[in-house]
Amino acid sequence: MLITCPYCGPRDVSEYSYQGDANRRRPDPASTDQAAWNAYVYDRVNTAGDHKEYWQHSAGCRVHLAVTRNTLTHKISSVAIARDVVVAERKEAAQ
Amino acid sequence: MAEYSALSILKNALSGNRDWKPAWRKPEPKPSYDVIIIGGGGHGLSTAYYLAKEHGITNVAVIEKGYLGSGNVGRNTTIVRSNYLLPQNIRFYEHSMKLWENLSHDLNYNVMFSQRGVLNLVHSPSQVDDAIRRGNAMRHQGGDAVFLKPLEIAKLYPGLDVSPKARFPVMGGLLQPRAGTARHDAVAWGYARGADKRGVDLIENCEVIGFIKDGDRVVGVRTTRGDIRAKKVGVAAAGSTGRVMKLAGVDRLPIESHVLQAFVSESLKPILPGVITWGGGHLYVSQSDKGGLVFGGGLDEYNTYAQRGNMPLVEEVMSELLAMFPGFAKVRLLRSWGGVMDMSMDGSPIITTGPLPGMYLNCGWCYGGFKATPASGWCFAWTIAKNAPHEINAPFTLDRYHRGIHIDEKAQGATPKLH
Repeated sequence: MLITCPYCGPRDVSEYSYQGDANRRRPDPASTDQAAWNAYVYDRVNTAGDHKEYWQHSAGCRVHLAVTRNTLTHKISSVAIARDVVVAERKEAAQ
Repeated sequence: MAEYSALSILKNALSGNRDWKPAWRKPEPKPSYDVIIIGGGGHGLSTAYYLAKEHGITNVAVIEKGYLGSGNVGRNTTIVRSNYLLPQNIRFYEHSMKLWENLSHDLNYNVMFSQRGVLNLVHSPSQVDDAIRRGNAMRHQGGDAVFLKPLEIAKLYPGLDVSPKARFPVMGGLLQPRAGTARHDAVAWGYARGADKRGVDLIENCEVIGFIKDGDRVVGVRTTRGDIRAKKVGVAAAGSTGRVMKLAGVDRLPIESHVLQAFVSESLKPILPGVITWGGGHLYVSQSDKGGLVFGGGLDEYNTYAQRGNMPLVEEVMSELLAMFPGFAKVRLLRSWGGVMDMSMDGSPIITTGPLPGMYLNCGWCYGGFKATPASGWCFAWTIAKNAPHEINAPFTLDRYHRGIHIDEKAQGATPKLH
């Protein structure tokens, strides 16, 4: 499996660390909504198909990436810098 | 159906083995059943068997997308053990061990259960303490465990590197003598035959494509071979649990699907008397009766439903095996494969009523489902028959995560990488 890092180009999966499911959103740290916290910590969509997930290029430039990868075929359809994705999402939510 | 016996082998040998009958029927699905089990693997088949045998519920169908035993029951490293620390796990896996010990007789089918022992090596003073504590916990609950010193281990496993120069020197090992291996396919076939004999319909090549619901209540399944209604529907779909449950409208579960790879080498003369695991990383190896080394390590560590993994993990597993047994360096690998694991968030399974009315759920086996096959089916059958869990599986609820009563064997917290 190769992941194309926006900075370093295509690199072997062994250079990356899997950071898990990117469908989850941490509740506001001030939130006391127990159900929302439980859902964030324990519950997973566990998609069979295109799955949003985080990887870190830990043996390379160390950037955190938001990757869409098919869990049935391992085909990667998009790689973006995680920060950009999350910041854009927050902006959208704020509007 | 004829019982298998020495006499029947002799009789059939005399007639040129032309009169053996198939071990189970190939029935057409009926329009309705008392119970439908989704998943014709080890756990689904054993559930059907114990529903019929223990509870007299025989109007049962097991629905399987592929052929019987085509999933993880046919792709594991065949290890059977009950060397757990926590009382809930010890009780459950000891129950399983007791069923294993009589399984071939019970099923009239040789599952080749071989109590050759499972030895967990330890490599640091804290691992030694931990192993002795776990052994004491096992014995305290009626199990068996012996702590072995390096010299005793060297006698058992002549090829093992027990020298102080090893990267992770062996400081001892916890042996469970009653643990061992079993012939994995035979377990599926034996349960299938036993269930079929008692009237259970085993329906192969029948994929569930939806659920029939009356309001919230599940009252049947839609399949590629038509609609089938049932009073109760049990899901025992292991790595495919997420996909099946989504069809029922359950979008999120405390489960992730990951791939676990396993490997078999060419045949060697007998060298490993039992199952041995390495504590420096994560590796377990035994030798099959045909002589091949059967071994595996950890997960590939990313979500996947593909029954194959990637090369970095292959390299890691091989290097771990050679750290234990440097002499295996020139042994050739015969084949490797991957299985999809339903990894729960605390490393322990879920056997419960719900989450919808009319539905029962059996999942979260991480990569220890094979050894649990008898007890899982036994407990799931009880849960389905009585609409309530048996005392043994009562702790394995689905809501325990949200209620904060995890069964986290290693106390490593909420992560789908435990087992």
